[in-house]
Amino acid sequence: MSRYLLRRLLIAVPSLLGISLVLFVVLALAPGDPFGELATNPNVPPEVAAALRAKFGLDDPIALRYVHWLVAMLHGDWGFSFASRMDVDTLILQRLPTTLFVIGSSQILALMVALPVGVYSAVRPYSMFDQVANLLAFIGFSLPTFCTGLLFILLFSIYLDWLPFVYRADISASGWHWYWEEFKQAIMPVTVLGLAQGASWTRYVRSSVLEVVRLDYVTTARAKGVPERIVMVKHVLRNALVPVVTLVALTMPAVFGGAVVTEQIFRVPGIGSLLINAILANDTPVIMAVTFVFSCLVILFNLIADVLYGWLDPRIAYR
Amino acid sequence: MAGSTLASPIADAPAGLAPLAGEATRSSGTWWRFRRHRLAVAGAVLLAIMLLAVGFGPLLWQVPINDIDFSAHLDGPSWSHPFGTDDLGQDLLARMLYGGRISLAVGLAAAIVAIVIGTFVGAIAGMSIGAVDAALMWLTDLFLSLPPLPLLLLLIYLFRDPLKQLVGPELGTFILIVAVIGGLRWMPAARLVRAQFLSLREKEFVEAARALGMSTLRLVMRHILPNSLGPVIVAATIDVAAAIILESTLSFFGLGFPPDIPTWGRILFDAKDYLDIAPHWALFAGGAIFLAVLSINFIGDGLRDALDPRTSA
Repeated sequence: MSRYLLRRLLIAVPSLLGISLVLFVVLALAPGDPFGELATNPNVPPEVAAALRAKFGLDDPIALRYVHWLVAMLHGDWGFSFASRMDVDTLILQRLPTTLFVIGSSQILALMVALPVGVYSAVRPYSMFDQVANLLAFIGFSLPTFCTGLLFILLFSIYLDWLPFVYRADISASGWHWYWEEFKQAIMPVTVLGLAQGASWTRYVRSSVLEVVRLDYVTTARAKGVPERIVMVKHVLRNALVPVVTLVALTMPAVFGGAVVTEQIFRVPGIGSLLINAILANDTPVIMAVTFVFSCLVILFNLIADVLYGWLDPRIAYR
Repeated sequence: MAGSTLASPIADAPAGLAPLAGEATRSSGTWWRFRRHRLAVAGAVLLAIMLLAVGFGPLLWQVPINDIDFSAHLDGPSWSHPFGTDDLGQDLLARMLYGGRISLAVGLAAAIVAIVIGTFVGAIAGMSIGAVDAALMWLTDLFLSLPPLPLLLLLIYLFRDPLKQLVGPELGTFILIVAVIGGLRWMPAARLVRAQFLSLREKEFVEAARALGMSTLRLVMRHILPNSLGPVIVAATIDVAAAIILESTLSFFGLGFPPDIPTWGRILFDAKDYLDIAPHWALFAGGAIFLAVLSINFIGDGLRDALDPRTSA
């Protein structure tokens, strides 16, 4: 198991290097210059600007700059945010937990919707329930997250006035009240993201269960008199989940995209809204770091998927 | 080549007969299966109506899109403004019809870019053995683990101004958005095409063509590619939907088209600050995006069933 994990981690290294290279090349090819404002600012003498450029190595050849940047990243020196006036790594560490909390809870919500609905639709294909669920699933993944977000704000914050539509990091309450406020403000972002995910997962679960439920060993299990619930959970679902895990891992990058949108709409102080603000403020080190963190998260989730395969299907050995 | 491709079934069908079997009967079979998918037909009709509306609507509804009239500011739907007006009193129906052209055109163009790149990469990977194939698939996997939205925002932000100066604001943004969305969504098509090529190139009819001395390029163009396009068409419809969503997301962040080009996403972006007093503004724009994407997704689902008889059973 640990050797398997180690090997998977080693396989992830070239991917990470490749991603960092893509990001770096994009930024290097871009016509914008992080010191462009310094050069035109009359308060900064040209020799100071030149000294700064030399200090940050902006005039070096691109390969050298990449190596410098990579070494600095590995040392934990992620640069300095010009807009927030603090180190990028502290800035990201401050905001990462919020993002992980929102993404994590929405994934759990999506799972809680997709598993029962998908299985039930597959057990009774083309029934009324299946058709309604199918239609709702289509509506769910055809609604862009920003549309759902706005609809939710319109309905729950403006008309009904039940939920706050701005996510606050500084709630001035304590104890149970604090948890309640936190819960209330997390409902809308988590639901928006979770329902979008749940809609597409429902279809994956349905089609996958539909394939497995016809197989001979399921008939055998039923013929032996195994209760239906146990057949579904132990025999069908466990095997049906293997392809679902693959598909879910493949959609992870899109989930982070949805997280960026949701964070921006509800003003959740996570790394997604940090990215948008950094882009609007031309804060290059933050843009680089956040995009890189998102890529690392994608690879991390792929790794989790690999481990899940082995747990779901022991034939996929940890070798 | 293009004429015969749409009707091709996927590779697992008896492809050995492909050049001989009656083209008409097979395509009518596909059409018949597509027609049985009621939601897909409904989606096709809805999309056709939307295409007609944005195509010919501006000719019939000749209200200018930027006619400012503060006396009609933030009005709800009425006879003179069927979709209401925005904060400057501009007619929303006219703006939606004009913006819809761009939103739908971006979706189609970006999907075409994605499919062309994907087919090209997949075809090369599928026909070559060893290092080239491995390298291309590594590249595909690498792109699959890049988070598209952050990268998209980054690319648009970095390259927007230079392109604008080069070819003008409207065309520049269009080219950039289409190129970037297409360039970040070609991977599924590449994988599908490669998988099809791997199985098709071992089939007897390909071998026969090769034995007759056909060049590899001609073999690919005449026999392998047309037979591998079924799943790619389904992927293309999904790409159109995804591209429409991505474009409106960009506009929603204020990073898409400039304010004087009212794409649906841009209208929604402008409307979101007036949700409480003029909800019709956001609802019409959001509804248009939603209906377009929904109908395209239904069409894709119907095509999947129609082109792959195994799954519709």
